[in-house]
Formats: sequence, structure tokens, C-alpha cells
Amino acid sequence: MAIRERLSGNEAVAIAMKQINPDVVAAFPITPSTEIPQYFSNYVADGVVDAEFVAVESEHSAMSACVGAQAAGGRAMTATSANGLGLMWEVLYIAACSRLPIVMGVVNRTMSGPLNIHNDHSDSMGARDSGWIQFYCENNQEAYDNMLMANRIGEHPDVMLPVMVCQDGFITSHAIENIELVEDDKIKDFVGEYNPEMYLLNSEKPISMGPLDLQGHTFEHKRQQAQGMINAKKVVNEVSEEFYKLTGRKYELFEEYMTEDAEAVAVILNSTAGTAKYVVNQLRAQGKKVGLIKPRLYRPFPVDEMVEVLSKFKAVAVLDKADSFNAAGGPLYTDVTSALYSKGVFSPKVINYIYGIGGRDVKADDIEIVYNKILDIAATGKVDSVYNYLGVRE
Amino acid sequence: MDKVVEIRWHGRGGQGAKTASLLLADAAFNTGKYIQGFPEYGPERMGAPITAYNRISDEKLTIHSNIYEPDYVVVVDETLLASVPVTSGLKEDGAIIINTTKTPDEVRTALKGYKGKVCTIDARTISIDSLGRYFPNTPMLGAVVKVSKIMDEKDFLDDMNESFKHKFAKKPEVIEGNIKALERSMQEVKGL
Repeated sequence: MAIRERLSGNEAVAIAMKQINPDVVAAFPITPSTEIPQYFSNYVADGVVDAEFVAVESEHSAMSACVGAQAAGGRAMTATSANGLGLMWEVLYIAACSRLPIVMGVVNRTMSGPLNIHNDHSDSMGARDSGWIQFYCENNQEAYDNMLMANRIGEHPDVMLPVMVCQDGFITSHAIENIELVEDDKIKDFVGEYNPEMYLLNSEKPISMGPLDLQGHTFEHKRQQAQGMINAKKVVNEVSEEFYKLTGRKYELFEEYMTEDAEAVAVILNSTAGTAKYVVNQLRAQGKKVGLIKPRLYRPFPVDEMVEVLSKFKAVAVLDKADSFNAAGGPLYTDVTSALYSKGVFSPKVINYIYGIGGRDVKADDIEIVYNKILDIAATGKVDSVYNYLGVRE
Repeated sequence: MDKVVEIRWHGRGGQGAKTASLLLADAAFNTGKYIQGFPEYGPERMGAPITAYNRISDEKLTIHSNIYEPDYVVVVDETLLASVPVTSGLKEDGAIIINTTKTPDEVRTALKGYKGKVCTIDARTISIDSLGRYFPNTPMLGAVVKVSKIMDEKDFLDDMNESFKHKFAKKPEVIEGNIKALERSMQEVKGL
């Protein structure tokens, strides 16, 4: 029986970490993710987890300590936001290249500057090419569930990559909402033991990690790393299927909402996808053929599946909560359009909106503007502007 | 209840408006509802105006925006009436609940033409009488449950009794006072 609870997104992630019971959590506090290591350190102090909690002096050290712990053969986890993720930067790449399946809760917050504690996706979007698997979560339930699945996915021998589980700072991290938890013993069985093939504390098979690589081997190592990312999609599906059998909660690579006969569809990550569902329901009640695609797995990007679905629609709006400052479109837009082009699909008209930057509240009315625009494009086939901003004063 | 009830709280940092919104979410959750409780975070400092929100529904909630057209507004500190547009978007078939010693008619003049129901509650007196100190959030919580009828009053009091037992496990002496504050505010709220 699932346990009916009400928790904030941060509480949900901390409880997932408690149930996973990793060997090491190393963290440095930064708003709005601070509560995750704070709650977890309470579990450590209360003796309800076996983990070693390392209160480091910076996020650079937090990720470095996770790299060390995971390389030694343990399970390491952490959480961060915005500039904390920024300070981890060089170590993110080392974790991925060293094939260390560290799991990190990212509570999305805008990268400074300007200095602002609120939500957008400029932090994790910047890390999209660092070699980490990335999940995006609409609410506390998805943050919890994806955390529970993250170890299994990252630690799979065909993958061996670190995993970020992203949710919206404050909007879901600090909102209390209903959630269903899974019993501790079920999670213990589901997550299982971490038994890496190679690790530093194995005296039977001594190895070095992170030595100088140079021209002779780096390319091959990077190619293998890329293969881990290519393999990840299949493993995500397998683990999600097993999770579905355990909990009854079904997770695909992306969620399709009311897309069956839809003509105009928005592609939206995280909490705003929930607001869009509300708007889709209202517009559907008026007979308008609208739908939503909510990507869950963003790295690797599910090109084949996404293109197959998007090719059915007449007009698509991709919403980005981060600007790429490339004078052309946000990161999700670039991925979606390049996926379509690479598969030779040119039929849907695809436009981009940059929205919600720096925590600008995204209202149902804002999302309605987007749907009205793409309904218009679906009807006329005419696109007057590809790269747009939503809800900004100018 | 066939729709989503939306509540907006206005208070000042340190008065417990955020806590009250979370307690309301808790109580509604315990009666089987889907709930959201979330504050609007700003530069947090004692005394600065803060806003917190609740959505309460029989159906799963997916919307994740602030609340612009609330059914109910709760004003924990009446000095905010002069500086914050508390009635902004408030539905005329809803109500505003204000912590003040004034009557609804006396306070209505400060509400910039709001035509809906105005309720008042003297949370200061109730809090000081029953708790010995000024914690306006508990009486305001009682008042909002009374006015909004979002849950059965007895269920609410029973549930709060359990929550307080849990919350104040280390200082059981304050449980009775908190329950008394809830009961009194439910009886004394004016303008129903």
C-alpha cells in the first residue's frame, strides 16, 4: 500500500535519499536546495541512515568528495542549485568521464547575475553537455520517483553515468502537495546494492582513477562515455517499467497529455507543464485541439520517440525557461528542432518562447497566449516570429 | 465542494502566515483533500509584507502559479490594508478575513470598494487570552475554516488537536491554549 503524505519537493527528495541510504552525502548549502542536505543531515544525526555526511566548504568540494566516495566504491549523493552547480562545473565533467554514477538533486534556480534566488532552468541547462543524465520533474511526486530510479539507471553496467534530478526551485521545492511514498523495504529491494566492477578500495584488483590520458586514449574514453549515454534510454525504459510494477506510476521518456488528435502542442519542462495541463483542460472544453509534451528524460534526448510524436502535429511551441543567448532560441527549442531536422521531418511549424526567467510567475493566462498563437499557426500555416519572449515587459 | 478553493494570505514576516497556510493545508489533507500550500518567497525579514497561498480541491491539482483571483483572502496584520492591495482579484462571492478589533462595517472603508463579504476577528485578544502571547496565526486559521467552510468544523478541530499533540510533543502545556484559540475564533468571527 502506498503511503499517502503531503510534502514539499525538497522533503520528498530528502526522503528518497533516506530510503536509498547511500554511503556518502557531501553537500554545501545554497537556496533553494539547502533543505535537502539539511533534512538528510538530521537523518544522519538521528542514526536512521548509515551514510557519512560530509559538510564541505564549497560545492566544488561537494562534487569532489562525491567523486572520491563513488570512485572508492560507494554510493554518493548531493544536491545543489544555480551557482552551486556552477562551482561544481569542472568536477561534473570529471564525474561523468570517470563513469561515476553519482546522483544529484538539482533544485533549479537562475544563475547569477542578476543576483536572484528564484527559479529558471539556466543552471541545469548549462550542464546539459557535461555528460550527466538529466531528468526534469513536474512536481514533488516526480522528483521523489525519479530520485528512486536514478541509482538503478546510472549504475547499470551499460550506462555508468551520473544523474541529475531537476525540479523547480520554490515552485515545487517549497510547496506542500500530496504525494504517495513507497515503503522503505520495497525501495531497499528496488534500489539494491551498488557493486561496481572496478573501484579504488578493491585490493584484489588495484586500479588508478583519473590519470593523464592525452591524445592516445582520451578520444576513445569519450567515445565510450557517449555510448553510455546512448545506452541510457533503454535502461531508463526498463527501470521505469519495473518501477511501474512496483508503484503503479508509469513514466515514459516524455509525457503526452491530450495529444491523441491534437493539432497544436506545447513542449514544456517541469512545473509549468502542470499549469499547461490545466490550460489544456480548459481549451479542450472549448473544443480546441491542443495538447502537451512534457519531456522527462532530457539527457540523453529521446530523438526518435520525440520526432515520431511531434511529426503528427501542425504547430508546436517549445517553451524554454533559460535563454541560450545565441540570438536564435533556447536549449530545448534547439534540441527539438534539430531532432526533427535530423530525421527529415519538416511538417510541424515550431516556434520558441523564452519564459519565466528569474522566477517570473507563469500564469494560466500566459500559457493560453501560447496555445492561441499555435492554434492560429495550425489554422493558417503562417509563422510570423520564431524566437519569442513570454511575460516580459518590453 | 466541487471546485478548487483558492486562498491568499497576507501577513508580515514573523507572524506565522506561512505556517498558518501550511497548517491549513495539513488539516485539509487530513480530511482527504488534494492540497497546495506555498509561500511567495522574497527578501525575508521580520515585519516585511509576505504572501502565502493555499489551493484545496477534491481533484488532483496540477496548476503551479500564484493565485490571482482568490476565493478568500486572510489578512493577518491590518496595517497591511494601507500598503498592500489585499482585495486584488478577490471574488465578490468570496470573503476577506481581517485580524482587527474593528467591525466589518468599520473596516470595509479601507477595502477600496470590495463588495463581497468582510469578516473580522480580534486575533490579538484571543491569542493573548489563550496563549499568553501574540501568535495571530492560530486564531486566523480557525476563522478561515469557519468562514470558508472548506471542511467540517469538528473534523478540523479533532485533526488540529492531533497535529498540536505531534507538533508540541515537548511542550504539551500549549496544546490546550491553541485549541481554545481555534474554538474561540470560530465562535467570535464577525460578518458571517
